[in-house]
Amino acid sequence: MVALANIGLIPRPVHPTGVWSWLTTVDHKRIGLLYGFTALAFSILGGIESLIIRAQLAAPNQSIVSPETYNSLFTMHGTTMVFMVVMPAGAAFFNYMVPLQIGARDVAFPRLNAFSYWVFLFGALLMNFSFFVGAFPDIGWFGYAPLTTNEYTTTGATDYWLLGLQVMGIGSLAAGFNFAVTILNLRAPGMTLMRMPLFTWMTLIVAFLLILAFPPLTIALTFLLFDRFFDMNFFNVSAGADPLLWQHLFWIFGHPEVYVLILPAMGIVSDVLPTFSRKPLFGYPMIVFAGIVIGFLGFGVWAHHMFTTGLGGWASAAFAGSTMVIAVPTGVKLFNWLGTMWGGSLRFKTPMLFAVGFIAMFLLGGLSGVMHAVVPVDTQQQDTYFIVAHFHYVLVGGSIFGLMAGLYYWWPKMTGRMLSERLGKWHFWLMFAGFNITFFPMHFLGVIGMPRRIYTYDADQGWAALNALVSAGSLVLTFSVLLLLVNLAISLRRGEKAGDNPWEAPSLEWATSSPPHHYNFAVVPTVRSRYPLWDEEANVVEPPPLPPHEEPHMPSPSYWPLMLAFSIVMLAVGLLIWQWHALIGIGFIVVMMVLGLRSIYGWVYEPPAVEAPAAVHAHT
Amino acid sequence: MYFDTTVDPHRTSTGLNNRKMLMWAFLGSDVLFFGTLIATHLVYRGQSLVGHQEDIFSIPITSISTFVLLMSSLAMVLALSGIQRGNLQTMRLWIAVTAIFGAIFVGFQMFEFHEFVQEGLTPRTNLFGSTFFTMTGFHGAHVTIGVIWLWSLFFASFKWKAGTETALHVEIAGLYWHFVDIVWVVIFGIVYLVGAYGAEDRLLPPVSALGG
Repeated sequence: MVALANIGLIPRPVHPTGVWSWLTTVDHKRIGLLYGFTALAFSILGGIESLIIRAQLAAPNQSIVSPETYNSLFTMHGTTMVFMVVMPAGAAFFNYMVPLQIGARDVAFPRLNAFSYWVFLFGALLMNFSFFVGAFPDIGWFGYAPLTTNEYTTTGATDYWLLGLQVMGIGSLAAGFNFAVTILNLRAPGMTLMRMPLFTWMTLIVAFLLILAFPPLTIALTFLLFDRFFDMNFFNVSAGADPLLWQHLFWIFGHPEVYVLILPAMGIVSDVLPTFSRKPLFGYPMIVFAGIVIGFLGFGVWAHHMFTTGLGGWASAAFAGSTMVIAVPTGVKLFNWLGTMWGGSLRFKTPMLFAVGFIAMFLLGGLSGVMHAVVPVDTQQQDTYFIVAHFHYVLVGGSIFGLMAGLYYWWPKMTGRMLSERLGKWHFWLMFAGFNITFFPMHFLGVIGMPRRIYTYDADQGWAALNALVSAGSLVLTFSVLLLLVNLAISLRRGEKAGDNPWEAPSLEWATSSPPHHYNFAVVPTVRSRYPLWDEEANVVEPPPLPPHEEPHMPSPSYWPLMLAFSIVMLAVGLLIWQWHALIGIGFIVVMMVLGLRSIYGWVYEPPAVEAPAAVHAHT
Repeated sequence: MYFDTTVDPHRTSTGLNNRKMLMWAFLGSDVLFFGTLIATHLVYRGQSLVGHQEDIFSIPITSISTFVLLMSSLAMVLALSGIQRGNLQTMRLWIAVTAIFGAIFVGFQMFEFHEFVQEGLTPRTNLFGSTFFTMTGFHGAHVTIGVIWLWSLFFASFKWKAGTETALHVEIAGLYWHFVDIVWVVIFGIVYLVGAYGAEDRLLPPVSALGG
C-alpha cells in the first residue's frame, strides 16, 4: 500500500532547451508563446478559409466550391477563429503577462497551465483532423441541434466537431480555475485589487466567465454526444424533446463567450492608452466596475440570439431590456478611454494606433449591437449580412485590433527587440482600410436582404457590386497581415534592442529584463501605487541578474500534463473508434483511462523539483 | 521600484491556500454542470411520450441510500477533525468509513439502474430516461471519483506526518465530498421527492413557452 506513494518517482525532465524542454515546460512565458504561435498558425488556416469564401462570393453564380464545401468553410472559419485564434491569442497574453503584471514568478498551478495548453491544442487538432477522414464539419460554429442529430446530419465530421470542442473546453475550464487563483492569490506585496493593471483585471473577469460559461456548453455537447453515439432522446423531437433546448444551452455559454473574446482586448487597450497618453487611466474604478457589470449581465442576455424563435412577448421584452442595459457599462468604458486621451501628451506609436482604432471600430460594432436589442429590427436583420458585419466589427475591429495593440506593445518585452514603426504604421493603416472595405459594405448587403450562409446569388439580385468590393477588401486585409508577419520576422533577425521599458510604461512587467528571466523577478517588488514605475521612478533600484546558484527555486518541468492531455484526447478518439468497431473502441478507451489515471497519480506524487544540476553545485 | 526583502515568498495575497481556492473555483463551476443537468430534467418533466417516468421511483430504497451518503459526510467531518487534532489513526478510520459509505451509495445506484432497466426504462426509452440516467450517472461518477480519492488518501497517509499540510489534503477532499453530498440532497429533493409526490404539473414551463 505504501508503494502508491512511490508511483510518481520518475525523475522530472531537466532539458533547458530543445523540443523536450518545450513539451515539458511549465514556465508561463513559454506556454504563452506556445499559445501565441498556435493562434497565429490557426489564424492562417481560418484566414485561408475566409479567402475561399470571399473568392466564391466575389461574383454571382460562381462555382469555385460546391455548396457542401461552402458549408464546411463557414463552419470551420467561425469555429477556428473563435476557439483556435481569438481565445488562444488572449490566452497567450494573459499567460505571458499576468504573472509579470502582478509581480509573481509563475501562475498558481504551473503544471495545470501546461495541461490547459496541450488539451486545447489536441482538441483543435482532433477537430481539424476530420479533414483527413472525409469532410470538415458543416453545421455552423453553433452546431444547432436537432439539426446536428443523426437524423439530419449523417457525416462523421460532426462527431469530430463536438468531441474536439469538448476536449478544448476542458483546457478553457482549467485555465479559468488557474488564472482566477493566480490573480487573487499571487499578487506582489502591496498590490491590492484596485492597484492591478486593467489587463489583469479583465483577465480575472474572463477567468470567472470561463469557469461559469463552459459548463452549460459541456453539458449540451454531452447531450448531443449521447444522442449521436447512444441514441438517447435529448434532442429527439419525435420523442417530445424541445427543439429550442440546444439554443438555450448554447447561447447561455455563447454570449458570455463573446465577452471572453472582447474583455482581454479591452484590458490591453486600457493599459496601452495611459502609457501613450502619459497620464493615468481616467476613471480606473469605473472601468473595473463596468467590466464586472459586463461579466454579470453577460449571463442574462442570451435569448437575444433567439428573438425569431418565438419566445413570446414577455421573454423577448426582458431580453431586449437586458441587452440594452449591457450597452451602458460598455459605453462607460468608451468615455473613460476618451477621457484618458483628453489632455494627454499623445504619442501615436503603432500600439496606440491600434488602441485608438479599437475604440472607433468597437464603437461601430457596439452600436449595431444595440440595434439588435430592438426585437422588430432584429427580426428584420436575423440571418442577414448585417449580423455578419456587426460581429466582425466586434471580433475583428474589437478583439483583433485590441490583440494587435497588445502584440505591438508587448513584443519588445517578449523578444527583447523592437518592431519596425514604419512597417507597423503601414500594417495599421492597410488593416484599418482593408477591414472597413471588407466589412462595412456588409451592413448594406444585409439591409438589402442578402442572407448569411448562402454559397452564391443571382446577378439580378443587385448584390454583385458590393460583394466584389467586399472581396477586394479582404485582399487588402490579407496583405496587411503579411506585412505583420514580415515585421515580426525582421524584428527577430535584426530588430533594434528594446531595453527594459521602451514605452516608459507604468506597470510591473516593465520592471524586469526583456525578455524576462525564467524566474521573472530576482526580488519580488513591493507595490505602493497603481502606477509603480511612474510614481517611484526616482528610486528605481534595478537588482542585478542573479548568479545561477542564487536563482529563485522554480518548479521543474513535467511530463504529466502532456500525458494527461494526450490520454484525454485519445478517450475522444476511442469513441470514434468505437463507432467503427465496438470492441476495439472499448479496449482503446480502457487503455487510455488507465494511462489517464496513471498520469493523474504521477502528477500528484511527482517530487516537487529535481536536484539542481551538478554544475551549479560547483559554485557553492 | 521598491523592494522589501523581508516578505515571505510563500504567502498568498488572500491568506487562503491556493489549492483550497482552486477547489472552491472548481465547485463553483460544478454547480453550473449539475444546474444544467437538473434544469434540463425539470424542463422535460412530464414531456415523455412513452415508458416509465417518476412512477418507477422507489422512495424507501433511495431514502436509505441518501441516508448512507449523508452519514458519509459526518464521517468525513470526523476524519478531518482527527487529523486536525494530530491523530492519523482516527483520520484513517473515518476516511475508510466515508469511502465505504460512498461505495455503498454507488452500489445502491447500480442496483437502482439495474432495476429500472429490468422494468423497461433505459436512457433510450424516453426523455425521462435520457435526463435521469445522465444526471444521476454524472453524480454517481462524482461519488466514484471521490471514493477513489479517499482510498488514495488512506493509503498515502501511512507516509504522512500530521500537520497543516496533510490536514489540507483531507480538508480539500472533504470540500469535494460535502459538495457532492449536497448535490444529492438537491437531486433527492426535487427529482425524487417532488417527482414522486409532487403536483402533476411541470415544475417549469417548457422552454419554448418561456413567457409565452
